[in-house]
Amino acid sequence: MEWLYILMPIAGVKIFWPGLIILGIGVGVIGGFFGMGGAWMVTPGLNILGFPMAFAIGTDIAHMAGKSLISTMRHGKFGNVDYKLGFIMLFGTVAGFEVGAQMIMWLERIGKVDMVVRWIYLLLLAFITWMVFTDVARRKAKDRAAIAAGQEVDKNATGLEWHKALHKIKIPPMVHLNVAGIYCSAWLPIAVSFFTGWLAGILGIGGGLIRMPSLIYLVGCPTHVAVGTDLFEVAISGLYGAASYTYKGRTELVAAIIMLIGAAMGAQVGAVATKYIKGYGIRIAFGLAVIGCAISVFLKLLPVYVPSVATICDVIATYMILGLVSALALYITVKMVQGAKHELAMKKAKA
Amino acid sequence: MFTKGKALLAMFVTGLLLAPTMAFAAGGGGAPIVMVADTRKLTGIMAWWANLYNESHLYFTIMTVILIPLIGVIFGVLADIIMHFIGIDLKSRDLAEH
Repeated sequence: MEWLYILMPIAGVKIFWPGLIILGIGVGVIGGFFGMGGAWMVTPGLNILGFPMAFAIGTDIAHMAGKSLISTMRHGKFGNVDYKLGFIMLFGTVAGFEVGAQMIMWLERIGKVDMVVRWIYLLLLAFITWMVFTDVARRKAKDRAAIAAGQEVDKNATGLEWHKALHKIKIPPMVHLNVAGIYCSAWLPIAVSFFTGWLAGILGIGGGLIRMPSLIYLVGCPTHVAVGTDLFEVAISGLYGAASYTYKGRTELVAAIIMLIGAAMGAQVGAVATKYIKGYGIRIAFGLAVIGCAISVFLKLLPVYVPSVATICDVIATYMILGLVSALALYITVKMVQGAKHELAMKKAKA
Repeated sequence: MFTKGKALLAMFVTGLLLAPTMAFAAGGGGAPIVMVADTRKLTGIMAWWANLYNESHLYFTIMTVILIPLIGVIFGVLADIIMHFIGIDLKSRDLAEH
């Protein structure tokens, strides 16, 4: 079975290459569907396959750039990418990320970085979970009220409507974001992207996990447009991140390319699946993914207070993440296949 | 559709042109650790790749930044062709919910 293993030229470790393709497919499907890079899922996966942590992060970012580019192209064809919004947000994302990274250096100097980062991460994930499920509950309540009153359910109704209050701020220049269907001050997406970029810089992540819900709840994008536009941001920031980590010598390109073979295919499946799943279906699945991520962060934080459970927490966190990746990827793939079958049957019936 | 294609192409070309600058910029905060790839067990393209890493991280970075999008696009287009062959409509989405 020696042929199933490949020697990585830079990291110098032998890796089970089919494992890389499977991991790539899984995170490709999830990334294309939710609009995120999925570093929190890939890094522990690569670590299990035998990569040193430093190489796991760099390799993950490198494959993420290629995968997100494919997903952006696919979502672009579906009309899910607001390029104007994406370019406006780039300014805020880059500036915010740099400020966040500088703050991390300051925290490192005072020796508090790990604790602060993990607690911020955990609180943020708890807040996103609350936001997503409160939104879903309020939307359902609106639907029930409409049915009880004998009215038609408004398909464009939303639960949380914070974006409506933010759209009332009319600081020039005002911009029309046609794909997202928004007219607002340009400062709104810049401020939101600065904030999400700052958080991403502090937490050392790509930021899709924060930016996607922010585009929905703060900027007011429809779910599909939020997914597509976020992927556009991930593709550009991923390419920058890939350059940064590679220059520091922490990228194993051979592994990234093997992963990319699976991820490029998976990303297409994930992106096409958004054709068949309603906006609120995507939001609920996203909320579940965030819960999984929050539990894994909590399991990493627990050993700081109870050192005796360190090993068991680490094992549980890793397998829980991999289980979650498999379950979500399977769910999205099944939905995509069902939707495609239905579409083909409809086409046949019309012909 | 044509405008979006042009925007994406412009983004890609800009990325390629900026690749060396980004690589220089990215080098600022690096840890002062020298990592060397062990090329003794490698042959062919793998040995060439590891040697490139050892000789210049800058050229290695430029190659990586060019290869990643290129390979991604090749496999993405391949998946496109397969899905198009199956008969899935890849140009429109009927669902229009918030």
